[in-house]
Amino acid sequence: MRGLQLPLSQTQKVRLQKALQQLESLSSKVNSDASVTIADSISVNNEDGFLKGHGTTDLKGEVVATVCGVVERVNKLVYVRALRSRYKPEVGDILVGRVVEVAQKRWKLEINYSQNAILMLSSMNLPDGIQRRRTALDELNMRSIFEENDVVCAEVRGSQNDGLHLQARSQKYGKLKRGQLLTVTPYLVKKQKQHIHYIEQYGIDLILGCNGFIWIGEHSEVKDDEMMVDQANQSEGQEQNFTALETRKYICRTANAVRILSNLGFNMTLEIIKETVNLSLSLNLDTHEMLSSEFCVLVAEKEAERRSSIKKKR
Amino acid sequence: MEFVSPEGLRLDGRRPMEMRQIRAEIGAVAKADGSATFEMGNTKVVAAVYGPREVQNKSQQNNDQALVRCEYSMATFSTGDSRRKPKGDRRSTEISLVIRQTMEACIMTHLMPRSQIDIYVQVLQADGGTRSACINAATLALADAGIPMRDLVTSCSAGYLNSTPLLDLNYVEDSAGGPDVTVGFLPKLDKVTLFQMDSKLPIDILDNVMQLAIEGCKAVANYMREILLENTKELEYRRGV
Repeated sequence: MRGLQLPLSQTQKVRLQKALQQLESLSSKVNSDASVTIADSISVNNEDGFLKGHGTTDLKGEVVATVCGVVERVNKLVYVRALRSRYKPEVGDILVGRVVEVAQKRWKLEINYSQNAILMLSSMNLPDGIQRRRTALDELNMRSIFEENDVVCAEVRGSQNDGLHLQARSQKYGKLKRGQLLTVTPYLVKKQKQHIHYIEQYGIDLILGCNGFIWIGEHSEVKDDEMMVDQANQSEGQEQNFTALETRKYICRTANAVRILSNLGFNMTLEIIKETVNLSLSLNLDTHEMLSSEFCVLVAEKEAERRSSIKKKR
Repeated sequence: MEFVSPEGLRLDGRRPMEMRQIRAEIGAVAKADGSATFEMGNTKVVAAVYGPREVQNKSQQNNDQALVRCEYSMATFSTGDSRRKPKGDRRSTEISLVIRQTMEACIMTHLMPRSQIDIYVQVLQADGGTRSACINAATLALADAGIPMRDLVTSCSAGYLNSTPLLDLNYVEDSAGGPDVTVGFLPKLDKVTLFQMDSKLPIDILDNVMQLAIEGCKAVANYMREILLENTKELEYRRGV
């Protein structure tokens, strides 16, 4: 198992082990032998007409796993859900990506997929908000919208013959400024209704990209209609061009919370991240102290407690 | 030189059919998509896998399958004595090629078209059987990266010294100049994907030695399977539902 690169004292080691054991016992009751490794055969109970899904192959009539993961069965479909792997896009997923190339009428984005994704100029709203045909002038001014190395939030539109297409047809998508980008393994981000969160308490935006890219930045007002745009243009001169120290501290704190959770391999949801931040605040820890081994053990214990309480409620 | 004592013990105290202790660890390189270290006795290798990712050199891009690349290197501190002369880049190039071909044969490259998989292996400690250790480490790293494979490739070497077939040669036995075979094996499919031999062997003995190496491969596969299953379970329960 990937070791935590932390110096743990003897008591901390014992406590961490205990917490992890508790987590293990909580989950093992759900599915005991669903985990498979490469080339393990999957029993299909002599059922006829089952469908082989992702991560499986046929070998002399047997279903064999091709990746390490967990066997899932949906009606007649048998597939293996891989854990650690690159991101596999699904239509409608909200992603965070980084622009690697500005090309003809399109941006190429790095999204932790086997290829770069394509964001067409025509599949995003222009900053002036007017719906119109994209002219050659727009194409020349593409760098004024996104440049190389910009961080962008977008949605998966679908796969076409030239690659994976994204779209950003709403004000909530677009360039991300004033914040931090963290990368975690994609399996830790669970698909939910909401991926873009605004934590009012701290004045920050949190975007949990389905591809494992997590954006934590200063909150930016979403301009809903075009009326607002004019006002924003006028007030641009007065707009603050710095982030308040308080907000920046919260950004770092949240980023550290994400780092710990990713190190421990825990699922990332808004509530768990918030809980971790609150735990650090209640303990009066400095931001840098959040990365200490003691806090890591505490988070693990807290998570074990949380999951067991959820279990009891059921 | 006497490689097997009259009592039937080898230079490092093993029996002829005994392997060195194997140990593996998954997740050695934090930034990589998949990584592993693999130890066979005093031989220690680290492997890191990146990908499937965008092809760097567009002219190499393949529209129906993934491009697999491999880079083998030996750390300068991996051999204590300077007896093993630096043989230029030839040896590394050859081993890179061997590992690449072996891994490519079992990766389901057709599932990841227009992408590239990079495998980097580095020998941290060399004590014979680096080729085998590299293949084993690369397999684990690929499995960790979630890359679909037909089977786990495992590798082991065997030799024939003092009229005895020996399993898993160490550096001293390897450099004795006797016959020595390295076998890459797919345990589930029961197929040999790699077979290399130095020096010559009579055909009837070759079969023995090869069977011995295959047995070694099977033992390695069992161990790897355990490690991978443990790792998968741990990832799953830590993540929670």
